[in-house]
Amino acid sequence: MDWHQLWSIASAPDNVPIVALIPLLIFYIYLAWKQASANDALLAELETSPALAKTHHRKTWPFRPGWQKEVHVWPFLLRIEFLAAIIVTIVLMVWSITLNAPLEEPSNPNLTMNPAKAPWYFLGLQEMLVYFDPWIAGVVMPTLIIIGLMVIPYIDTNPLGNGYYTWKQRKFAIGTFLFGFIILWVSMIIIGTFIRGPGWQWFWPGQTWDHNRLIYVVNRDLPDLFGITSNLAKGIFGVIVVGGFYAIGGFVAHALFRRYNPKDYRRMSLLQYSIMMLFLLTMVALPIKMLIRLLFHIKYVWITPWFNV
Amino acid sequence: MPDKDNDTKPNGNRVGLLERVKSGVKEDVQSLKTDIPAKAKEQIDILKDPTRTQVYTSIFRHKHDETPRNRALGVLSNVFLHLHPAKINRDAVRYSYTWGMGGITFYLFIVLTFTGVLLMFYYHPSKVQAFRDVLYLEHDVPFGKLLRNMHRWAAHLMVIAVWLHMFRVFLTGSYKKPREFNWNIGVLLLVFTLLLSFTGYLLPDDQLGFWAVTVGTNMARATPLLGHEGPFGPLLHMTPYNDIRFGLLGGSIVDANALLRSYIWHCIGIPIVASVLMIVHFWRVRKDGGISGPAAVILPGDIKEKK
Repeated sequence: MDWHQLWSIASAPDNVPIVALIPLLIFYIYLAWKQASANDALLAELETSPALAKTHHRKTWPFRPGWQKEVHVWPFLLRIEFLAAIIVTIVLMVWSITLNAPLEEPSNPNLTMNPAKAPWYFLGLQEMLVYFDPWIAGVVMPTLIIIGLMVIPYIDTNPLGNGYYTWKQRKFAIGTFLFGFIILWVSMIIIGTFIRGPGWQWFWPGQTWDHNRLIYVVNRDLPDLFGITSNLAKGIFGVIVVGGFYAIGGFVAHALFRRYNPKDYRRMSLLQYSIMMLFLLTMVALPIKMLIRLLFHIKYVWITPWFNV
Repeated sequence: MPDKDNDTKPNGNRVGLLERVKSGVKEDVQSLKTDIPAKAKEQIDILKDPTRTQVYTSIFRHKHDETPRNRALGVLSNVFLHLHPAKINRDAVRYSYTWGMGGITFYLFIVLTFTGVLLMFYYHPSKVQAFRDVLYLEHDVPFGKLLRNMHRWAAHLMVIAVWLHMFRVFLTGSYKKPREFNWNIGVLLLVFTLLLSFTGYLLPDDQLGFWAVTVGTNMARATPLLGHEGPFGPLLHMTPYNDIRFGLLGGSIVDANALLRSYIWHCIGIPIVASVLMIVHFWRVRKDGGISGPAAVILPGDIKEKK
């Protein structure tokens, strides 16, 4: 166990934000979960007694008749904002006094940094470069992430859970978002920050970075495993595999979705449903491609003269 | 006896000029003696309560004693505070609901603008000067190191705050009707936050920034259709000298033009666009009914399903 190596990664000034992000995320997930479970308990109680549901103020926080429903922004909100500004300023001051912003040697195009890492918030995409060609990892995927985030309000037809924390009423939406944000985005960043070393090779936390390490991996393409040699056949084979993933995966997702989310399924239009399926399957394709690469050393599944997937 | 008087005075009843000046001055002196102390007393009375002065009332249009009306006016008649409503949901001030991350993001943007403008006084976006300017800032400019550190860490903190804000908005379902559009503005602001951070990375012109931006922009080579290494790029006659990466860098390598472009995007282009989007974002928060919650929980039975 090379503690020094681990410490030098974790204490690198530009890695400190990601080190800070992890406990922050854990805290806020806990905070959200606490309120969601309180709201879910209230919902369960109200559902069992319709009489109570008619009179209850429907929040977990206390409210009594005669209390004002609204409070003045001045001072009740503004004092909090003021306090928040002061706290952020103090945190920033202390951080800036104790830790210096990194400054390396002057830029030198002839001396490549190894590993050459992007800023920590882009390391998820850089990690994707291992599994996908740059046009997917660097261009198509960010575009799909942005568009995917933008379509969320238009494909989520569930009217419940608007303006309060809940898990029970929005299992699918929240589960999907947690999968995308925590499992894919944040954990890819953590891998990119803490695990990728020289040559973008895998070094477990605490393992010494060996700049001379070479790993011989023979990556194969999926068509090769099936003995397909001609370009035309490879292209057609790829279309079948990728198309098959979307067809079969779409069918499985459809079967599950209409069983476990019948109300959402009924509410969604064809356009909403197909857009959701497209993004869902593309998102799921990510870890699948990673797995077949890590387990079976398969590089491409679809090879054409113009692009490879 | 008036006749007698007339006799004694050569000019009859007409008072001499000297007399008139004398009595006028006497009156002036008298007024100084009586009026000024009276005015001074009045002035002191007014100054005891400065809120009654014209200067004060021209700035503050209402009184500040503790009445509900004045509390509301304090927010509504102030240009910096008027984005707030006068009153909000009593539970909306709870930290556990909003996490305060939207406001913190905006505050960090202000901090970054402030420290950024100060940094601009010391920085030349040229290959010869840039790195030396950073060294100068670090070692010679009073508080220069603190300034640069603060700018750097506020930028990282802003990325975290934006993510957490977005996470909270998702978990509370706040993007749902009627706030769909504002969620979209928010996604664009997320993109611009990351781009601001990324364009700033190159500016010290050190190895870290140079290689991060090299790695980042190399991906643009592979843009489908528009990159010279991307799918179908060569079919559209894309070369390293006319593709999208060339446009981003102002050249085929990360060099002087890339530094200047990065600087202008970072200091002028993106902040303006992001500010406009922020204006829309905050405006829409109010227009879409204010902060989304904490709302009363909805039971499935409350929803009328379309048949």
